Amino acid sequence: MKTLADLKQIREKAQEDMKLRGANTRIKIVVGMGTSGIAMGAREVMKTFLEEISGRNLTDVLVTQTGEKGLSSMEPVVDVIEENKPKVTYGNMTPEKVKKVVVEHIVNGNIVSEFVVATGN
Amino acid sequence: MSLKRIDLLLCCGSGCISAGALKIKEKFLQVLKDNGLEGEINIIETGCMGPCDYGPVMVIYPEGVFYQKVTPADVDEIVDEHFIKGRPVSRLMIQDADNQIVQTAKEIPFYQKQVKVALANCGYIDPESIDEYIALGGYEALGTILTSMTPQDTINLVERSGLRGRGGGGFPTFIKWQMVHDAPAKQKYIVCNGDEGDPGAFMDRSLLEGDPHRILEGMMISAYAIGASEGFFYIRAEYPLAIKRIKGAIEQARELGLMGKSIFGSGFCFDAEVRTGAGAFVCGEETALIASIEGNRGNPTPKPPYPSTKGLWGMPTAVNNVETLSNLPTIFVKGAEWFASMGTETSKGTKVFALTGDIRNTGLVEVPMGITLRELIFEVGGGMVNDANFKAVQLGGPSGGCLTKEHLDVSVDYESLREKGAMMGSGGVIVMNDSKCMVNIAMFFLDFSVEESCGKCSPCRIGLKQMYDTMHRITIGEGKAGDVEELIRLGEAIKQLSLCGLGQSAPNPVLSTIRYFREEYDIHIRERKCPTLECPDLLHFLIDKPRCIGCSLCAKKCPVSCIAGSREEKYVIHQIDCVKCNNCLMVCPVKAISKIPGVHQDVIDAEVMARELAENED
Repeated sequence: MKTLADLKQIREKAQEDMKLRGANTRIKIVVGMGTSGIAMGAREVMKTFLEEISGRNLTDVLVTQTGEKGLSSMEPVVDVIEENKPKVTYGNMTPEKVKKVVVEHIVNGNIVSEFVVATGN
Repeated sequence: MSLKRIDLLLCCGSGCISAGALKIKEKFLQVLKDNGLEGEINIIETGCMGPCDYGPVMVIYPEGVFYQKVTPADVDEIVDEHFIKGRPVSRLMIQDADNQIVQTAKEIPFYQKQVKVALANCGYIDPESIDEYIALGGYEALGTILTSMTPQDTINLVERSGLRGRGGGGFPTFIKWQMVHDAPAKQKYIVCNGDEGDPGAFMDRSLLEGDPHRILEGMMISAYAIGASEGFFYIRAEYPLAIKRIKGAIEQARELGLMGKSIFGSGFCFDAEVRTGAGAFVCGEETALIASIEGNRGNPTPKPPYPSTKGLWGMPTAVNNVETLSNLPTIFVKGAEWFASMGTETSKGTKVFALTGDIRNTGLVEVPMGITLRELIFEVGGGMVNDANFKAVQLGGPSGGCLTKEHLDVSVDYESLREKGAMMGSGGVIVMNDSKCMVNIAMFFLDFSVEESCGKCSPCRIGLKQMYDTMHRITIGEGKAGDVEELIRLGEAIKQLSLCGLGQSAPNPVLSTIRYFREEYDIHIRERKCPTLECPDLLHFLIDKPRCIGCSLCAKKCPVSCIAGSREEKYVIHQIDCVKCNNCLMVCPVKAISKIPGVHQDVIDAEVMARELAENED
């Protein structure tokens, strides 16, 4: 390392690795992992999100989990939360649907309306 | 590698490690593996998070959930409920004063009055990763200074910040630097004083363990300002983890080219190494520390010459405390004015304290200078355990003094504390409730200083021992009228005549307790009583006959067979033979035995008789 620009480069890369600890993220994906969610395959849905997002090197996306969301008939349920935009809730998710949501919504910004069960807070 | 979705920050400060943090980590690794989650969750060992009393503690991101007193048995539940089902385990969260559950770390009252500068990263980053330090702005200050400021600019900025030495004395850092900077010499040195030795103090240790790169960066800033090309970390061998972390940090910095030849292309060359001390308290004194680094016996030498003109191997040397160096990177990133905006007229910035004693939130805290003792103890510290009465607070360890209830509104800064007979010291704060005997406490610190005196100058070597003997006599009931005056006379003489800071400050605990708790000394001497029942020779045990059920348990447990009686007669302690072992009190099923302050009349009579016998024989 010889310059401040070199330092900045290391810093930016390291910040990505630490983004879970509160650095700015563009999109937060919250998978409902209550008992009914898990029974309906929420683990697989979560895994697929993690794989797809790291495979595409999307560094500004955070994947996390939450408990029972109350929409048991539509599990697995996933919230996609973007800053300054209404929350989008997808229901009846499968790994296949996850791939589509990642490509359409997370990457290109188009909500996949056929899977949506609710929007807003 | 799959994307991580959880960062588990496990506090691995010394407190949490001794409470079992490493076992918890092991268990987590096992349970995560069993659940096939090992790829999704990062476990990061951090430095001290502060609330040591609640250890082992951990914070789980992205939510920032804070768990306390975790045991390996809780791990399954955390993984099942929190990591898999997303339901944080409220049972393990902290409750505030109103019994409300506090979910995240930043909402905990303990942190709310704190301002973290030196401790900013401690407990938040992996101390063994230079990348995480850089991610939070590390080495930016150094880079900026090396590429755009002269050494004199650097010194001037520190002057404007008002930073003073955090090791205890409070000497302005910029003056020390200026002296070394101005001294003509080919070779100069920077030394980091990590020889923290006060009983109950663990500030420097936590900083060295929790954020080693910050101290290294601070050292390099200091080196650039004074013109040093070589640095030494002097750390005591009792801190093996701190030594390991600093050594690791030095290696990582070398690898990245942040240390070595022409750093940031500026022509500034620097390298550092670690020297371990054998744990002598006196080696925290800078001239003794320098002697120890040179390979000599750690004895202090008279000042002047000061190390800033004639230090390590006779060369100009700046000796800076760990915490002082820790403050530097942030001062340069956020500006001198920002730093100077915190604190009082003469004491700027923040101070790290190690809170211990009879206080709820024992642990490591950082507060702005000028906060009152009341805020420090009752708000940050959470008040007294079991709401006991506050009696005294000991600041500054064996060199400091005790303050009382009346001083709770004193501002915590160098001048105010010194004026009241205590001192900032390195930051050890021992809070005591009203069950503590002040004579005993003062004797404890004096005992420490007697042990740690290097023996070079006689006021310290002989004088402290004389003071200790007098104190000891007082606590065993052999105190005489005039003892207290003699302690004051000796103490003042030792303060004036000792060679180094150890002797000059060692009488402080005794002098300050005499100043504020004179009555307690007098009761010990005059009435042969210890009001707090802490001095075993100044109390006796008594069986309350009406309550005694004559079960004989006490008599059976007495190691010297001095309890006798029967079911009908009840039991009686033969006072002259009693060794005050406490056994009878512990076993009594009806709590008929209690401790009574003062020497029992039987013992006094026996003493008188023995004296008369001895006189008759003569």
